[in-house]
Amino acid sequence: MSTTEALVKELVEKNGRTRNSLMPVLQGIVQQEHFLSEEALICVAKELDLSAADVYGTASFYTFLDTVPRGKNIIRVCKTITCHMKGKDEVIKAISNALKIKVGETTHDNKFTLLSANCLGWCHKGPVMLINDEVFPELTPQKALEIVEEYAKK
Amino acid sequence: MSKYLVNLKINNMPVAVEEGTTILEAAKKLNFRIPTLCNHPDLSVAGNCRVCVVEVKGARLLAASCATPVSEGMEVFTNSEKVRKARKHIVELLLSEHNADCTKCFKNGHCELQELASEYRIGDHVFLDLVTPESMIQDISSPSIVKDDSKCIRCQRCVRTCAELQGVSALAVVNKGDHQKISTFLNKPLHEVVCTNCGQCINRCPTGALTERNYIEEVWNAIYDPSKFVVVQTAPATRIALGEDLGVPVGERVTGKMVSALKKLGFNKVLDTDFTADLTIMEEGTELLTRLKKALVDKDEKTVLPMMTSCSPGWIKFQEHMYSDMLDNLSTCKSPQQMFGAVAKTYYADKINIKAQDMIVVSIMPCVAKKFECERPEMRDSGYQDVDYVLTTRELAMMIKQAGIDFHKLDEDHYDSILGESSGAAVIFGATGGVMEAALRTAYEIVTGREVPFTNLNIQPVRGMEGIKDATIKIKNVKPEWSFLEGVDLHVAIAHGLANARQLMEKVRRGEAVYHFIEVMGCPGGCLGGGGQPIPTSPEIRKKRAEAIYSEDEEMPIRKSHENPEVLEIYKEFLGEPLSHKSHDLLHTHYKPRKRY
Amino acid sequence: MENNLKKVDIIFEDSDKCAPLKVLEKTLKRTADDIILDLIDSGLKGRGGAGFPTGLKWKFTRNETSDVKYVICNADEGEPGTFKDREILDRVPEKIFTGMAICGYVVGAKEGYIYLRGEYNFLLKGLLKKLSDFNAALKKLNVDFQIYFKSGSGAYVCGEESALFESMEGKRGEPRNKPPYPTVAGYNSKPTVINNVETLVYTTMICHMGPEKFKALGTSDSRGSKVFSVSGDTPIPGIYELELGMPLHDFVNEFGDGDTKAVQVGGASGHCVPRKKFNDTIIGFEGIPTGGSMMIFNSSRSMYNVLHDYLEFFAEESCGQCTPCRVGCQQLLKGIEAVKRGERPPAYLDDLKKLTGTMKIAAKCGLGQSVGNPFNSIIDNFREEIIY
Ligand SMILES: Cc1cc2nc3c(=O)[nH]c(=O)nc-3n(C[C@H](O)[C@H](O)[C@H](O)COP(=O)(O)O)c2cc1C
Ligand code: SF4
Ligand code: SF4
Ligand code: SF4
Ligand code: SF4
Ligand code: FES
Ligand code: FES
Repeated sequence: MSTTEALVKELVEKNGRTRNSLMPVLQGIVQQEHFLSEEALICVAKELDLSAADVYGTASFYTFLDTVPRGKNIIRVCKTITCHMKGKDEVIKAISNALKIKVGETTHDNKFTLLSANCLGWCHKGPVMLINDEVFPELTPQKALEIVEEYAKK
Repeated sequence: MSKYLVNLKINNMPVAVEEGTTILEAAKKLNFRIPTLCNHPDLSVAGNCRVCVVEVKGARLLAASCATPVSEGMEVFTNSEKVRKARKHIVELLLSEHNADCTKCFKNGHCELQELASEYRIGDHVFLDLVTPESMIQDISSPSIVKDDSKCIRCQRCVRTCAELQGVSALAVVNKGDHQKISTFLNKPLHEVVCTNCGQCINRCPTGALTERNYIEEVWNAIYDPSKFVVVQTAPATRIALGEDLGVPVGERVTGKMVSALKKLGFNKVLDTDFTADLTIMEEGTELLTRLKKALVDKDEKTVLPMMTSCSPGWIKFQEHMYSDMLDNLSTCKSPQQMFGAVAKTYYADKINIKAQDMIVVSIMPCVAKKFECERPEMRDSGYQDVDYVLTTRELAMMIKQAGIDFHKLDEDHYDSILGESSGAAVIFGATGGVMEAALRTAYEIVTGREVPFTNLNIQPVRGMEGIKDATIKIKNVKPEWSFLEGVDLHVAIAHGLANARQLMEKVRRGEAVYHFIEVMGCPGGCLGGGGQPIPTSPEIRKKRAEAIYSEDEEMPIRKSHENPEVLEIYKEFLGEPLSHKSHDLLHTHYKPRKRY
Repeated sequence: MENNLKKVDIIFEDSDKCAPLKVLEKTLKRTADDIILDLIDSGLKGRGGAGFPTGLKWKFTRNETSDVKYVICNADEGEPGTFKDREILDRVPEKIFTGMAICGYVVGAKEGYIYLRGEYNFLLKGLLKKLSDFNAALKKLNVDFQIYFKSGSGAYVCGEESALFESMEGKRGEPRNKPPYPTVAGYNSKPTVINNVETLVYTTMICHMGPEKFKALGTSDSRGSKVFSVSGDTPIPGIYELELGMPLHDFVNEFGDGDTKAVQVGGASGHCVPRKKFNDTIIGFEGIPTGGSMMIFNSSRSMYNVLHDYLEFFAEESCGQCTPCRVGCQQLLKGIEAVKRGERPPAYLDDLKKLTGTMKIAAKCGLGQSVGNPFNSIIDNFREEIIY
């Protein structure tokens, strides 16, 4: 049994073998593997007795349920209006230059993926970004770079 | 439970309807037509296209009439200024993300969106063109289906069809917002996913986004090619539906006219798949009896029951994907179309002195899965591709129009001989339960020497539109050679539409139901509701088509496959007997497991 | 200048003075009908945006006969400019749990779910701990009600109640047709109360302090107070609980930076109010209702950029199922771009405004229906900025 298969089985065991468990199962896979591979999607379809297209169609609805390979750390910089006003462009530019990737891309070493996101709920402390589940408000380009560096070391 | 009547007014006219009725249905009662796109009589309600919106007095929002139940005292307006403006906007919006090159579109003249646009006289383009270059890349990977996203209005009818009627869900809605579209698992080509090619989605797609791969030009080229001898076969269900595409009312049989039209189109011989339907019964009926003996008497472990029919290529591919552990249950008989091809390019070619390589076999089918079937590598037992081109009933109607034939004025003609004679048993192959009935008419008689004990040979319990039917036939006073069947209750079941088939398969797999023989047709209603039949389709339309099929049967001079003289002849002259070595070579096949996901 | 702005401290009121479990214990001694009457009497309307009277919502659900019912806390907070639910979840989660438990008691539900947006996953660890304590306390009190968390995964539309149910059922978050409403058929097609985070805290607090105190605040249409999320060009961005019914003018006096050009009230889907209308704009259900988002723009801001951001947001976050919204949002976005670039005449903006009229009445859910709010209010007040 591959690790993915084992992971899916474990998640299904934990959340229940019904369609209602689809979201937590997919979320659990993303947590471990950073994205939903073809193998993972098929395993889920099998375990929950759904069609693969149905699982994929559902996953693709949700921004956080990526179906393309993502790096170990996913950076999501808020691009919505208040963060826009407070300088998200500069933050993105700084990260983009430092990691040598554009928004939507992943570094060669698979460590980082840089994405933009819609309002993250920290508008009073913009610009803000999420790295994986962790949140970093009140960014400056400098601060953002330091944080990314920390993650690079991990 | 009796239902309350609800009183309401539509366009100031009072009407009383049962509780739970939608505004759309209530309006229909008063003969107010409300345009619809995402709504379909075979499917659950979606309420997403919004063209059916109406004004309800006192309400802030327009109501989607297909999705809104009536309520007491409601006052509805189906064509108020507000409604008209909104509806026109909606059609304009749909067209703005639509590659509206109607003149070049396969659905030109048969398109619900086009009809709506023409009704509302949508003229100059108000909105910006949103069609993307990616959406213009058609998926032509399947030999049966063409998917063109640039023609898709996201009504999700196909997705609901594939899920609700077919239980396949090869199609799904993917992404959201401006990236939302209809696609497959990881956007793979249709040919690489679990699609069965049944074409039911095509039947319910209101636009040209899903259409059959058409082979009209190829067939014309063959007809015009003097070096080719082109024979055409017509499936049972075509003769009761072709008329619908040519201005004939639903449910009217056009067998004679169809033959006449095919001759006028220039086919060298017009023959009948019904002939091989009868042949199928001889082979399949014998196979059933043989299997019963092996399983019940010889206790042969390799022989599995129930035996399942194999004439529906959509069902076959479904089984290969979904129940590949049960492929041994399938009858090894090829479908009538493929039996025809194999016989035509051997026995028939010899008889009429034509070289097989010079013969082109064209099928007119109610089916798009048959386009896939004829290209299967297993289907070349004549040494050539047994069937060269498959046209749907719809494509034939197009050819008839192209040829300038006035269908209404045609005389009735007869199929050529040989391979043109058939029985009523063959005709009913086109309806769900038909193969079962035909098989029983023959098998029962073989075993008992008597006709099936049903008035006028009509085996009512296996007829009708219920999703899964079952019946038990008691076998008594058998001929000595069938003594092992004396007193046996023959349990049979019938499913149509793959969602029903799946249910039945699950029951069988769980051992909840024990059957000897199961008939499955991939499409709702059987072939009469096939993916290649005239559009639209609905339960009423399919019911009328079924009635037509059964009346055709009743009027046939021969009602039982084993009495078809041409069938008896081919056994005498060529095949020997059912399940003979030659039969096996030409008329039987095997199946291969396919990916489940 | 007189300032009618009144800061209030109910939501975040110290837990010492108002121990949620004590409130629960006390409330459960009363009859369900009494509690409903109090809620109706308080005039509390939903704080998630739509403003449906909370007491009635509970009553309708209570009146449904069903073995299984649900209480759901909508913590999907995705409206740009809104962050108050996060703060509430972080600081006073027990008050939310308590509101849910009271609701469960009132309507006859045994299960409650909190649908937390994926962006707030970092809260989950702490919340789960507090929740398990609370669930244990419920058991100890012999209350047959348990609460669970469900996470979203980044889809704004899942805040729409029926989309939220779909998402919880493992499907794409496509809003459903209504009727049936959630009180009749919600999660798993069972009668369901779905309330915003803040609404649930207010129910707890009304049970704690009685309807009179609540009702004394606000206006006849907008009883009580509400938590505002203040962002943009303000020296003091943050969370503020204010009495409802204030004129926008007073708000700007308090929060603006002295150069306020416009305030977007109610998030991206709300209305943009220009300076000249500050005086006659009331914040409340009689004026401009809001889920709490107040985004302040000073004169250095391009309203074209503001509108463009909003429209991009809607084009991306529309579920995509219905025509007016899926295509409409894209047309509005591409439309203002085309006008800006001079590829369409300024009058094209009026065609687009008419389109928003259709979206407002023909879209399937609140998302598509409300895109016209920012569009029209920005076009009407800042037309020049959009064109040139
Ligand atoms: C697009 C859209 C997004 C919504 N997002 C939220 C949300 O994030 N939180 C919320 O409480 N209500 C949201 N709502 C409103 C909910 O549908 C629902 O009315 C609300 O949760 C009811 O709770 P209340 O009565 O306590 O306000 C949204 C509505 C729409 C149309
Ligand atoms: S799908 Fe319909 S509207 Fe579109 S191009 Fe084809 S015929 Fe025209
Ligand atoms: S052809 Fe049949 S199986 Fe294939 S996508 Fe269409 S409905 Fe589904
Ligand atoms: S492919 Fe056809 S049926 Fe499917 S959503 Fe598009 S237009 Fe509708
Ligand atoms: S209005 Fe928008 S979000 Fe709502 S159902 Fe329609 S497409 Fe989906
Ligand atoms: S706008 Fe960036 S967090 Fe809200
Ligand atoms: S037909 Fe009613 S919404 Fe599409």
